[in-house]
Amino acid sequence: MSTVISQIFNGLQSGSVYALVALGYSMVYGIIMLLNFAHGDIIMVGAYVAWIMIAKAGLPPAVGVVAAVVGCTLLGITIEKVAYAPLRKSPRLSLLITAIGISFFLENLAQLVMGAGAKSMPEIVSGPGLSFAGANISFVAMVTIVVAVISMVLLTILVQRTKMGKAMRAVSEDMDSARLMGISVNRTISFTFALGSALAGIGAVLYSCAYPQASPTMGSMLGLKAFVAAVLGGIGSIPGAMIGGFAIGLLEAFVSAVGLSVWKEGAVFAILILVLLIKPTGIMGRVITEKV
Amino acid sequence: MIKQARDIPTPVKYLINLALFIIFLVVVNSMIASKTISGYYTKVIMLIGINIILAVSLNLATGYLGQLPLGHAGFMAVGAYSSAIFMKAASALPMFIALPLGLMIGGTVAGIFGFIIGIPALRLRGDYLAIITLGFGEIIRVILLNIDSVLGFNLTYGAASLKNIPKTTTFLGTFICVFIVCYVIHTMMKSRHGRAILSIRENEIAAESCGIKTTYYKTMAFVMSAFFAGVAGSLYAGYLGILNPSNFGFMKSIEILVMVVLGGMGSMIGSVISATVLTALPELLRAFADYRMVAYSLLLIAVMIFKPSGLMGTYDFSLSRLLGKGLSRLPARNASPARKGDDR
Repeated sequence: MSTVISQIFNGLQSGSVYALVALGYSMVYGIIMLLNFAHGDIIMVGAYVAWIMIAKAGLPPAVGVVAAVVGCTLLGITIEKVAYAPLRKSPRLSLLITAIGISFFLENLAQLVMGAGAKSMPEIVSGPGLSFAGANISFVAMVTIVVAVISMVLLTILVQRTKMGKAMRAVSEDMDSARLMGISVNRTISFTFALGSALAGIGAVLYSCAYPQASPTMGSMLGLKAFVAAVLGGIGSIPGAMIGGFAIGLLEAFVSAVGLSVWKEGAVFAILILVLLIKPTGIMGRVITEKV
Repeated sequence: MIKQARDIPTPVKYLINLALFIIFLVVVNSMIASKTISGYYTKVIMLIGINIILAVSLNLATGYLGQLPLGHAGFMAVGAYSSAIFMKAASALPMFIALPLGLMIGGTVAGIFGFIIGIPALRLRGDYLAIITLGFGEIIRVILLNIDSVLGFNLTYGAASLKNIPKTTTFLGTFICVFIVCYVIHTMMKSRHGRAILSIRENEIAAESCGIKTTYYKTMAFVMSAFFAGVAGSLYAGYLGILNPSNFGFMKSIEILVMVVLGGMGSMIGSVISATVLTALPELLRAFADYRMVAYSLLLIAVMIFKPSGLMGTYDFSLSRLLGKGLSRLPARNASPARKGDDR
C-alpha cells in the first residue's frame, strides 16, 4: 500500500512537470498550429540559466529561479520573432522543419558552450518530508505539485478572465476574424509564446529539483514526453494538457513500479500511437472538420 | 517537324547514363586499388554512398509524397540489425550470395516495418504523421535496446553493441546500390505511379476525387522509402562492423532530413549533392567538427526562411536533356530552341 501511494506521488511529481511543459505545446499549437519542437530545449536552457546563477555565481536559489523563468520567456519571444514570424504565411511543413532546426540549434549550442557532460545542480528547495499512510513523500515532490497546480490555476484565470486571454482565445479560434476585430495578432502570438516559455521555465526549475542535473539533451526526451501528454489530452486544449501531463507521469511511475523501467519510454510512445489511432483529437480536443 | 533532332531514344539515354556510371566505378575503383585514394578517403566515399541512399529514400516520402516522417533512422536500424544478424549467421555462405541476400533481408524487414507503421500512420496527416513516425522510431530504438531481456538470449546485445559483423561493404557494392536505388526511384517517379504520388503531394483531396487510390500510393511510397532505408542500414552495418541502438536515435533521422531539405524536397540531384557535401565537408574540416551541428541547424533555419524549397527546388538534373539541347543546337540554326523542362 505504501509503495502504491509513494508511486502515485512520484507520478504526480513528474506528471506536474510534464503538464507544465505540455501546456506550452498546447497553447502554441492552438494559436498557430505549430508543433514547437524547440519547446523541450527551452527547458534545457532554463535549467542551465538556473545552474549558472546558483552554482557558478553563487546567488541565492530564489534569484536563480526568477532568472530561469525570465530567461526562458525572453528566449521564447526571441525564437518566435526571429524564426517563426517570417514564416507565418509559409506552408506548415516549412514551419515544422524550422522548429526542428531551432531545437537542433539550441541543443548543439548548449553542447558547444557548456560541454557535453551533465552539470550537477545544487539543491534549490529543501525541507522535511511528510509521512502519509506509511509512505514517505519528499518535500520536493510536494513543492513541485503545489507550484504546478498554482501555475495552472493562474493560467486558467489569465486565459478565461483577462482581456489578453480573450484575445488569445479569439486568435486561436480564427486568426483573420480576430484581426478584423482589432486584435493585434502578432502581439497575441508573442504573448502566447512568452506565457508558454515562462511555464517551461517553471517546469525547468521543478525538473532540476527532482533530477538535479543539467545536460544539453535533457530537454529533448522531456519535451517529447510532454508532447505526448499534450496529444493525449487533446492538443490545443489547456485542461487537456494538464490531464495528459498527470496521466503520463502516473503511467511512467507505474510502469517503473512493476519493474519494467527500461520500457518506460516505449510505453509512453505506445500511448501516443494508441491515442492517435483511436482518437486523434485526444481526450479534450476539438474536432476540426477539413475544408477543401 | 514533329520529331526534333534533339530527341534521343530512351534506351540510348539509359545506356549513356549506364556507361558513364560504369566508367565512374572503374576509374574510382582502380584508384582505390592502386592506393591513389587512401583508405581513409575510401571510407568517406562509402559513407557518402550510404547517405545518398538514405537521403534519396527519405526524399521519396518527404519530397515526392509530401509527408514528413521523422523515424527514418528507425527503418535504417531495423535493416542494419536484421542484415547484420543474418551476415553473422551466414558466414559459411560464399560472399556473392550472402551479400545481396543480406541487403535484401535488411531492405525487406525494414519494408515490412514500413508497412506495419505506414498503415496506421498514413491515416493521419501533416503534423500527426510526423509525430507518430517519431514515436515509432523511438519505440524501435527502445526495443533494440531491451529485446534481449525479453527473449532470454542475446540477439541485438542491446547497449553492449552488436559486434564482429563481417565488414562486407565495399566501394563497388555501395555505389552499385546507389545506382540501383536512384534508377528505381527515378523510373518509378516518371511512371503512372510516380505521377499519382506527385498528385497526392500537390493536393490530396483533389487527387482522391480524380480516382487516385491515395492510401495505396501513400503506403507504396512509404514502404519503398523504408525498404531503401533498410538497404542503406545493411550497408552501414557492413561498413562499421559494430552496431549500437544509440546510433539510430532521433538525431540521425534529423540529419537525413536536413540533407533532403537543403537539397530541395522533390529533387533527386539535390538530395545527392547535399548528401555528398554534408558528409564530405565535416570529414574534410575535422578541426571544426564541434561547430558542425550548430552550422547544420542554422543552415536549416536559414534555408527555411529564405528559400523554403531548398537549394535545388524541385529541379532535377537530366544528362540526356542537356545532351538533347546540345544536339539540337548543332545540326541546324533554324531548329526551334529546346523547349524547357518538357521531358520531366
